[in-house]
Amino acid sequence: MKSDIELNINGTAKKIFVEQSKRLLDVLRENFLLTGTKEGCSIGECGACTVVLDGEAVNSCLILIGQCGGSEIITIEGLEKDGKLHELQKQFIDKGAIQCGFCTPGMAMSAYALLLKNNNPGIEEIKEAIEGNLCRCTGYKPIIDAVHSAVKELNDS
Amino acid sequence: MKKDFKYVGKSTPRQDAFEKVTGQAKFTDDYYFPGMLHAVMVRTKSSHAKILNVDYTRLLASAENIIVCDHNDIIGSKKVGPIKKDQPIFCYDKIVTPGDVVCMLVGGDIQELLQSRELVDIDLEELPVLTEPLKALDIDSPIIHSENGNNLINHYPLRKGNVEKGFSESDHIIEQHYSTQLIEHAYLEPEAVIAIPLEGKKGIKILGSIQNPHTTRKVVASVLGLPLTKVRAVQAEIGGSFGGKDDTMNILAARAAVAALKTGKPVKIKFGREESIVESYKRHPYNLHYKVGFTKDGLLKAMKIDITADGGAYSSMSPFVTWRTVVQATGPYQVENVCTDVKAVYTNNPYTGAMRGFGSPQPIFAQESLMDEIADILGKSPLEIRELNGFKAGSITASGQKLVDHDINLITVLNEAAIKSEFDKKWQLHRKNKKIKNFQIEENNNFLLSHNEFVEPNETIQKGIGLAVSYRGCSLGAEGIDAAAAYMSVQQDGSVYLISGLAENGQGLKTTFSIIAAEVLGISPDHIQYLEQDTGIVPDSGPTVASRSTLMGGGAVKNAAEILKSRLKEIVLNFWNVKNTEEIIFTENEILLRGDETKRVSFQEICSLAYSKGVNLAVIGWYKGPNVHWDEETGQGSAYFTYVYGCQVAEVSVNVATGEVYIDKITAVHDAGKVINKLGALGQVYGGVTQGAGYALWEEISSFDGKIKEDNFDQYLIPTSRDIGEIEPHFIEGEDIYGAWGAKSLGEPTLELTAAAISNAIKNATGKRFFNLPINLEEVLLNRKLKPTDLKRGSTN
Repeated sequence: MKSDIELNINGTAKKIFVEQSKRLLDVLRENFLLTGTKEGCSIGECGACTVVLDGEAVNSCLILIGQCGGSEIITIEGLEKDGKLHELQKQFIDKGAIQCGFCTPGMAMSAYALLLKNNNPGIEEIKEAIEGNLCRCTGYKPIIDAVHSAVKELNDS
Repeated sequence: MKKDFKYVGKSTPRQDAFEKVTGQAKFTDDYYFPGMLHAVMVRTKSSHAKILNVDYTRLLASAENIIVCDHNDIIGSKKVGPIKKDQPIFCYDKIVTPGDVVCMLVGGDIQELLQSRELVDIDLEELPVLTEPLKALDIDSPIIHSENGNNLINHYPLRKGNVEKGFSESDHIIEQHYSTQLIEHAYLEPEAVIAIPLEGKKGIKILGSIQNPHTTRKVVASVLGLPLTKVRAVQAEIGGSFGGKDDTMNILAARAAVAALKTGKPVKIKFGREESIVESYKRHPYNLHYKVGFTKDGLLKAMKIDITADGGAYSSMSPFVTWRTVVQATGPYQVENVCTDVKAVYTNNPYTGAMRGFGSPQPIFAQESLMDEIADILGKSPLEIRELNGFKAGSITASGQKLVDHDINLITVLNEAAIKSEFDKKWQLHRKNKKIKNFQIEENNNFLLSHNEFVEPNETIQKGIGLAVSYRGCSLGAEGIDAAAAYMSVQQDGSVYLISGLAENGQGLKTTFSIIAAEVLGISPDHIQYLEQDTGIVPDSGPTVASRSTLMGGGAVKNAAEILKSRLKEIVLNFWNVKNTEEIIFTENEILLRGDETKRVSFQEICSLAYSKGVNLAVIGWYKGPNVHWDEETGQGSAYFTYVYGCQVAEVSVNVATGEVYIDKITAVHDAGKVINKLGALGQVYGGVTQGAGYALWEEISSFDGKIKEDNFDQYLIPTSRDIGEIEPHFIEGEDIYGAWGAKSLGEPTLELTAAAISNAIKNATGKRFFNLPINLEEVLLNRKLKPTDLKRGSTN
């Protein structure tokens, strides 16, 4: 059934008339052209579609848009502020946390959600936060380093 | 002379990182074109059947917006393949594996297309199914491809010396059987491709997640019956490949192209994960039988090796994959007498082809297990046995090739890895300290139930350390034509366009090549704009495979940059009115004259001057490897023109109550030649080792009757961020005369030996040796595989 849904995406209020059973992933990609959020498995195992929904990292392939009324959603496109990269993004670049880049948006969003809740996570907490995000290229080490460095930079500044 | 590098060897962040970390990078599924249609595949549930009839009556009656594409729409080649043309774009006579596609439904509404698949009535006559590769050549086995006459894809013999004589001169002879499993590439981005008809249907543009655009172009052109120039293959960002986005993508591109020409509209094919795992090719499962003779001092005298690789339903890259196996099957050891036979066979299993490692992880698992066994028998350490037999300068390989012209760094990497990991000390300690004696499990018995007492909590975790070494022929070797091109064009403001015929697959080639060009021209790498991969603008450079990009493409980029540099030098000479080009230095975006500080001009100014004088600053660089040769009858020849060497040490904790193996640390020492981008090289090691760990411990596609069970990541388990501990890479940079400053190969070497090192570490920890990958919980605990329940595989079988 189609209905009006109001939500906030990357800091902007949005209203759409959409089938309530449409996946959040598809709404982001198709209705809002936010194609940074990727689809890798469609069953909530790979984490490529991770976005932050009301402060929690979620697999947007498992969320229906009907569940999102009144919610605040942050996608990879929302991390950059005023033309400036988020510290996580800077560290992902500098530490070699990116190879093919397909898992990168989801990985960054899981890390971002971690930082929303915990401003000083240790290595084990970082590993735990991204364990639902599969990466086949990097072996995770540079990603963990990047998140760890971002934590340090954010706390120092 | 040791060259002082400005950019080479430093850590340079990727050129495409900004787009990838902001969500702006466009992968194939992120593209949309007006009027674009979608296509879905129609498959059967059969593994082996004759197609009697395909009836679209019900479909056409109820779904008038749907267009069907099948083999009748193909004007050119109906079957394709890199070596043997045995794989149909659309099946028309037979189904030989469950991934097979009979036809494709094309339309605007994906849901409607998916639901309409059941309206296609396919009449089949089921045929006996062949899933056991060791039975493929039996006289009463069903023949998969009747035109082939039997199920043999290829057979490579290798004969050196006289093995019987070698065995008679041996003090010990051991025989072992090993098996390795079917695994999936598991690139995070499933397959996707868009075909766009060019004006007047005169040609086609392919945009896709394609590993080798020039190969895709060739396949699509042959299927459409068009000249190569009418097909333009452009690469979108590619979400991982690892050898996996070659044949499958070429076929999907051809299907999309057929539909695009039929409908006159852009057509997108996008696979979901299940479809990706079901149709795409995988790594070959191997059965390996080794008989080895050696003296009481540990010197290898003879090896007799029989290997059967399961090629699955199509030949794909099997002939090339197994060729690397026959070359490297003895490992990096000098053996006087060798008799190797490697066969690849057809079955109804999912087909197998190229995957990072390419026919080397399987024999390395066998040969490195064996070396440890030999050491055990003789009471030697794993280091001693490898030092004694390992390749040194001037050693002769199994194919009779004398190793010269490069640093033969096997023993160097071995010793470096041993020192960095304190191997000897730990190995002796863990062996001595084993608290659980006789960790042997009676057949079909649960470990805990077979003992009267439970394991003491402090004895549950057993630690172990193990190592493996490997050598690897660089690039294609005698399996293919080996040359690569790079196009460079310097603009009047000193900025530079660069593209090579090899493709960015996530490995970081754009950045590596930009560093090479920047180093030669003395300009910052960010002055170089790497262009999008497009078959229309750069020559075919062979496939981006075999860890050959840095070596071959890097060589071509260096060549192009050097041609440009010599042209710019001419301009500078006239500009300053001096003669000796040796004294002109390109550095930090400037050009200087040695010994004369007044002579200093910006790179940009000279480029502008060259432009105003009409000098050609657009060049094609070329790099061709030296000739190699191979005798197919005897398996003798100089297989590859150069080699790389690696050693990995694995440290593990084995929980003997659950069978779980945790990797505490991997020390990886690789001689990849000159390292161009430290950041990229480290990334290759971390990623390769992690994939190797997945191969060792968890990953397996267990197909039953050819049908895959693990068709998504809930069942097909690849390593997560919490699955392995520390990875410590070290590089030994051997001097080599080839490529760019001797930069060679790294991508595959990092993965190929990890499983063998882990297996040896588990032996050190538990006293038990395992012969069948993966060494998962049940293998460690029960000595057998629980899945599939109806096929027996494992150490007790």
